Amino acid sequence: MKDFLTAPAAAPGSAVIAKAGPLSRRGFLGAAGGLALVAMLPVRPSRAETAAKLVPGTRVPAFLEIRPDGSVHVLSPFVEGGQGIATGMAQTIGEELDVNPARFTVDCAPPGPDYAVVGGMRMTGGSFSTRSSYPLMRRLGATAREMLMRAAATRLDVAQDTLTTEDGQVLHAASGRSLGYGELAEAAFALEPAADVPLRDPATFRWIGKPVARLDMRDKSTGRAVYAIDQKLDGMLYAAVRHAEYFGTKPLSIRNEAQVRAMPGVHSVHLLEAAVAVCADSWWRARKAVETVQAEWSEPEAAGLDTVAKDFSSEGMLQALRDYDGETHPAETEGDAAAAFTGADKVIEAEYVAPYLAHGQLEPPSAMARFNADGTLELWLPNQAPEMFQGSAAAAAGLEPAQVRIHSPMLGGFFGRHFIYGPGNPYPQAIALAKATGMPVKVIWSREEEFLNDAVRPLSMSRFRAAIGADGLPAALEVRTIGEGPIGRYFGAMLQTPVDSSAVEGIVEKPYAIPNRAMVFGKRPHPVNIAFWRSVGHSMNDFFYESFLDEIADAGGQDPMALRRALLARSARHLALLDAVEELSGGWKRGPFEVDGRTRARGLAMASPFGSETATIAEASVEDGAVKVHDVWVAFDPGSVVNPAIVKKQVESAVALGLSAALYEEVVYEAGRRRDQNYDTYTILTRDDMPRVHVTILESGAPMGGVGEPGLPGVLPAVGNALAAATGQRPRRLPMKNLSFS
Amino acid sequence: MIPLTVNGTTHHVDVEPDTPLLFVLRDTLGMTGTKYGCGIAQCGACTVLVDGEAMRSCQFPVDAVGASQVTTIEAIEEDAVGARVVEAWVSVEAPQCGYCQSGQVMAATALLKAVPKPTDEDIADAMTNLCRCGTYNMIADAIRQAAG
Ligand code: FES
Ligand code: FES
Repeated sequence: MKDFLTAPAAAPGSAVIAKAGPLSRRGFLGAAGGLALVAMLPVRPSRAETAAKLVPGTRVPAFLEIRPDGSVHVLSPFVEGGQGIATGMAQTIGEELDVNPARFTVDCAPPGPDYAVVGGMRMTGGSFSTRSSYPLMRRLGATAREMLMRAAATRLDVAQDTLTTEDGQVLHAASGRSLGYGELAEAAFALEPAADVPLRDPATFRWIGKPVARLDMRDKSTGRAVYAIDQKLDGMLYAAVRHAEYFGTKPLSIRNEAQVRAMPGVHSVHLLEAAVAVCADSWWRARKAVETVQAEWSEPEAAGLDTVAKDFSSEGMLQALRDYDGETHPAETEGDAAAAFTGADKVIEAEYVAPYLAHGQLEPPSAMARFNADGTLELWLPNQAPEMFQGSAAAAAGLEPAQVRIHSPMLGGFFGRHFIYGPGNPYPQAIALAKATGMPVKVIWSREEEFLNDAVRPLSMSRFRAAIGADGLPAALEVRTIGEGPIGRYFGAMLQTPVDSSAVEGIVEKPYAIPNRAMVFGKRPHPVNIAFWRSVGHSMNDFFYESFLDEIADAGGQDPMALRRALLARSARHLALLDAVEELSGGWKRGPFEVDGRTRARGLAMASPFGSETATIAEASVEDGAVKVHDVWVAFDPGSVVNPAIVKKQVESAVALGLSAALYEEVVYEAGRRRDQNYDTYTILTRDDMPRVHVTILESGAPMGGVGEPGLPGVLPAVGNALAAATGQRPRRLPMKNLSFS
Repeated sequence: MIPLTVNGTTHHVDVEPDTPLLFVLRDTLGMTGTKYGCGIAQCGACTVLVDGEAMRSCQFPVDAVGASQVTTIEAIEEDAVGARVVEAWVSVEAPQCGYCQSGQVMAATALLKAVPKPTDEDIADAMTNLCRCGTYNMIADAIRQAAG
């Protein structure tokens, strides 16, 4: 375990794993380290740039193909998984290129240095896509347009400054001649790009900032959208797997191999690193067969990170976080909290807890692998970072990264699921099986295997303590957070600080003017596979902090809205959000109040995730012991937006996931195993629990923030605060289904 | 060989009789518009129409289909109600990731065939498919729009 924590990781951004062969959990540090680095240091020079003088996001032909009919095909650095990035790219490029986004098709580009546009890296995550690439993609569109005009000037033998463009045409007004982009593209894209091409005046935007129609709606409404799980190759075998009961243990032998082999359609039976597998001529046959396998497994170790111990439980892990008596490190310090507590009128404290969570994306993970005659490997797999998977797959296959071709189909939801999580991904199995059988193989994890082997949002626990002054305002706030976040896990050895940002975000860097603050973090690793999950540390920490802030308000005899306004008096941006959410919800009223004979109340919360700012109000009640959330109002300020319709729907989607986590979700370990294996017992939000959602966007003009994740964190505390006001009972532990409200 | 009529075409499929219709559609017939989400009739991603009624094909053994007509998402626009549902889905922009939406469109089509002007309660009763992206409100809007 010590080894794990201090192991030197690979170079930043490197996707190459040192050794080939079985992929150890430690081996993935390097692969995911780049991602963590991006989160830590969003701006850094690209390795590709320094090495090859290639500036990511600038080579027009790497991104754009203009077809003879004038339609535009974009190879995007980002993968579409519901967030609308494909449409956003079409709008951004189309605006400067002068082509209606409706004539675009967008696919996720193969690995390559051109696409390293997120701080010199490439990934779809951290709510980075639009904000990292927006200036580059505008410039790319403008550069391409200039090349088309230059090619047209040559073709028409006129001065370039006598030409204009209009929606995919270059026009020469004087002679009335015009040329379509499709006729010009080949000659144009062979030209040297000009430096410093002027961009459009934003006041003249036709598509950026407008609710342009999404490009993927018809395919997704008619079953024509193709996901990783739908991929097919001639002569392909289907594979189903069963993993160890205790995560990380190995299959040693199969007692009934002959019987399994004799089942219909079965091609072969395999022992993999941490699973047994059956290849067959259909997935159903493979699955039926693998479920009859009787295997001997190695024993899990009693402690450590390589296997999950037989006595491990999530409740025991929580107790370990509580009992932690090791070192803690300052995560945020301001003023003199200790002194403020000494003289305080009133001190309150509370412990907040959030559980492990599964991603639960509706598309089960899959991977399809084919070794080609020339020794190269092709992989079709859900992923948020093609180059990282390329490096990792190359190591697994004993190849160079350049010999691995990664296809990145549309994702059936992701929420952080499709990064590299060691044994939490099926592609090493697909590679091993394709190698063993000499045939293309598609591995699909059943929903049960997914719930048992998905990497989880870490369980977390923080203790809060506040000193309340005679004025009813918080004079000091102390927070002690013990645990581990995914950045610490996958990037630990390279962190410049012992504080894991992904464990404390949402507790530190809050905007409130509390004069004395002392937030500390202590690292207690989770002996399970942990993951990024939509809004990462904010997914629990804003619940903790904003709930406790309402406790502070109550202790000081303050209204929660009034208290926040007082603590934000010097932040115009935050006050504007409070004004907006107040107006959107028809005026602030905390309650409790009666509606149709039932007691309801409203809760307020703010969050500052991923460069955006939110203020959220929820109205909730308890009906027959169950929580009912009626309305959620969100005021959302991401600085500026590319497509307000997409942004609103992303916020609504985040509200649904946040509410699902608030009310229902938890991955529970008992005796070393996960309790829930499917949606029947791992409850997620259904239509019955979906509130009305009202979203207003504020474009403050601040630097562009993220969109996909920031709508989530405010929902949980807004609901908690509403319930506390409605019932007098304060939810301090998630999910709320386990609490009994009277 | 088991006879199976899908979207008006009769196939003879060489599978075990208890094979779920879902995997016959996806793997044997190569019609991947119908999705696998849970396999235990919980999520609705695999919803198809059997004689016009919404069925979760992951729990529907292929030999139970018999002479019934199976309609999948691939042919939904050939149905007048289904075509209206698709247009409403596109105009409301109901999908996010889209993975649940084949099943949602099928369930909505079955609902509107049975109840042309559904109330909110009808929608709540019929539309029990899960959506991890939380598109429930958009789906209800699209159904109301398709109902006219
Ligand atoms: S796959 Fe059939 S209901 Fe989920
Ligand atoms: S749109 Fe993603 S699961 Fe419904």
